[in-house]
Amino acid sequence: MTSRLLLALPYFTVVVLIVLGLAVMLSKRNVVKILMGLSLMESAVNLFLVATGYRHDSVAPIFTNVPAGPMALPTVQALTLTSIVIGVATSAMMLSFAMVIYKKYGTTDIQKIKKLKG
Amino acid sequence: MKMTKIVRTTADLFFPFCLVFGLYVVVHGHLTPGGGFQGGAVMATGTALLLVARAYDDVTGRIRKGAMKVCEAAGLLIFLCAGFSGLFAGRPFMANWLAPDGALFRTSIAHGPNAGDLNTAGLLPLLNVGVGIEVLGGLTVILLYMLSGIKEEKKK
Amino acid sequence: MMDTFVMRHLPALLIAVPLFAAFLMPIVGGAGRVVRNAWVVLGALATSAVGLALAWKVLATGTVLYVFGAAAPHVPLPMDSGGIPIRIVFQIDALSALMVVIASLSSLGITIYSLAAESRQSGLETFYAMLFLLIAGVLGMVSTGDLFNFFVFLEISSLAGAALVAYRVDNGVAVEAGLKYALLSTLGALAVLTAIGILIGQYNALNLATLASRLQFTTLDKLALVLLAVPLAMKCGAVPMHFWTPDSYTTAPSSVTAFLVVSSQASLYGLFRILFTLYGPLLSWATFGWFLIVLGVLSMFVGVTMAIPQKDVKRLMAYHAVSQTGYMLLGVGVGLAVLGNPDALAKYGRTAMAGGLFHIINHAMYKGLLFLTAGAVFYRAGTRNLNKLGGLGHDMPWTMVCFMIGALAIAGVPPFNGFASKLLIYESVFRFSPFLSIIAMIVSILTLASFVKVFHSMFLGPRRAEFAAVREVPAPMLAGMALLAVFVVAAGLAPQPFVDRLIQPAVEALVDRAGYIAAILGGI
Repeated sequence: MTSRLLLALPYFTVVVLIVLGLAVMLSKRNVVKILMGLSLMESAVNLFLVATGYRHDSVAPIFTNVPAGPMALPTVQALTLTSIVIGVATSAMMLSFAMVIYKKYGTTDIQKIKKLKG
Repeated sequence: MKMTKIVRTTADLFFPFCLVFGLYVVVHGHLTPGGGFQGGAVMATGTALLLVARAYDDVTGRIRKGAMKVCEAAGLLIFLCAGFSGLFAGRPFMANWLAPDGALFRTSIAHGPNAGDLNTAGLLPLLNVGVGIEVLGGLTVILLYMLSGIKEEKKK
Repeated sequence: MMDTFVMRHLPALLIAVPLFAAFLMPIVGGAGRVVRNAWVVLGALATSAVGLALAWKVLATGTVLYVFGAAAPHVPLPMDSGGIPIRIVFQIDALSALMVVIASLSSLGITIYSLAAESRQSGLETFYAMLFLLIAGVLGMVSTGDLFNFFVFLEISSLAGAALVAYRVDNGVAVEAGLKYALLSTLGALAVLTAIGILIGQYNALNLATLASRLQFTTLDKLALVLLAVPLAMKCGAVPMHFWTPDSYTTAPSSVTAFLVVSSQASLYGLFRILFTLYGPLLSWATFGWFLIVLGVLSMFVGVTMAIPQKDVKRLMAYHAVSQTGYMLLGVGVGLAVLGNPDALAKYGRTAMAGGLFHIINHAMYKGLLFLTAGAVFYRAGTRNLNKLGGLGHDMPWTMVCFMIGALAIAGVPPFNGFASKLLIYESVFRFSPFLSIIAMIVSILTLASFVKVFHSMFLGPRRAEFAAVREVPAPMLAGMALLAVFVVAAGLAPQPFVDRLIQPAVEALVDRAGYIAAILGGI
């Protein structure tokens, strides 16, 4: 029973992190904090990907030294790495946008960044 | 804005080690955890360390934006050319034609637990090196640009 | 020898050529303006040539597979893999070929146009690098047969798109639009990634065909469907998730806007691929057909009503883009709704889908043309405000002609290409539900009314003193516009060859789910 709970723990964490991230994104008005919320959600999705790759009692898929038994499929780890790299690029770009906006508008308040309308 | 001499000296001391460790992570990417992106990020951390410890102009004297941009492009080109090289070996794009019978990195992996051999994995070390150079260039450029943005802000 | 070598590796070149052009750009840019422009033209020509050659090959010989990193490019299943395609596979069928043609033609037009249009800006190396990245992203999205690869290309095109939207800082307004676009794209992409996680967690596969053959339609799969369909519908700008389109389309440089239209159509392609190929018969046809139809009708109607009161010409066109996307959704939606009914499918379902798909390529061409003319007007007159513009027809006759061609095409006036595809949609949708067809016609009339007003306030009237210095735009901009205008007229005068050779095979590819799966898994 406890082991099943332990197996489900990453998924609970994922849900908690996604909810936290969404809450931050919806409740905060500072652009940088909204981006932090987005980052949090990104981490949650990455955790989700890694968690789906876990297989009980399996071994790492290294060819030369394999004991008998099932191997874990390494694809999800590769996906997670790719998604982390993409995440870095996205955050860097959006933070630079936030910087430019602060320079031009003098504020990071999302309520006041509203020159586009209609 | 300057940090104390202790901080500056420590940063200077650590900087080469950051680079060397990053390089290690890049080069051993196909054997140990890590790889091009991780190693490149570690190397770029060296720049971040210098930027924290020293003034912006001080750092740009040592690490030039232009050179880093060239690094970025060069890394991507290495990656792409490595991908293309498969075509000329009569295989598809990105085919690992160097292993196990090419000229370079061709040793087959020994069976059973072993210490690992750098001269394996065919195309993968080349791809790692390409990505490493690209990430080093890219992240450094991002850091420098962001900091130069803040600096302009202060002048006003 | 060289021919066969290139033809063999076309799918890889399709991505590698624009990437190569993009990555060399910072280095080439240092060699001066002329060299850089030559490199840009060369890159654009090579990309389009590869794209068109690939489409020709697909239409002539059937689905093209390309397995990255394998022993041979056309063998998706390695001997020892246990029947799973473990590598990234590009699977280009007739539907992908249609999208590749669109992206090739449009990318060539806009790069030539941007040579002159952007020449006053600084940092052009970055601009062109991003433009080629965007092109590579879109081409990748429409040709990949791998779900995660689709996500990666989606992110590449979103990032490059956001950077390009923000490129003209424009006192921060453009950056605001770019941030909005990037935030929404990233949120959408995260949802797509979660869906991918759900699917790979259950079926241990990322290949679309493999997933399609294994899908059980569990509760989790339904969740994954929502997480895939909603972000893609958002990225293609369907109402009620259209709010990012006017901002991004308005503030981006016009050449980029013309390609952002293609980029959102790549998302539309993704949506169709998910619904038709990945989930296919597991769905209740009628429900999801009506889902697309309702999205389509909402987009058509809300788009056009929002467009009419706009003062900014690009913003107006952006709302029209939303409205036109509705036609594609409507056409393909009707086809999806009757997919389970062979009788209705033969009678009007295929025609409706053909109309929807034909409208995609037509829309990319005339909408691109319209955005380019708007950019040309802004380039010379310096304003996009319709109340301030006027009398430009005297000095910019060719721009005016191009605008007229585009405006008549978008309103569905014969003999332009918009009429050809809209006619297919009207007659087939009428047999499905006369009411929907009438709505589509009313929207068309409103579109015409709106563009007559724009035409009047931009080009007609006496010469104005403040626009005394206005001249015709430089030759590269005219060449870019002419390229698209020629297609608009050609596809309007003789639509049948296009429908027979390009559109019908695409419809077959969309319907033929078993064929898509067999192309990968059939070789066992």
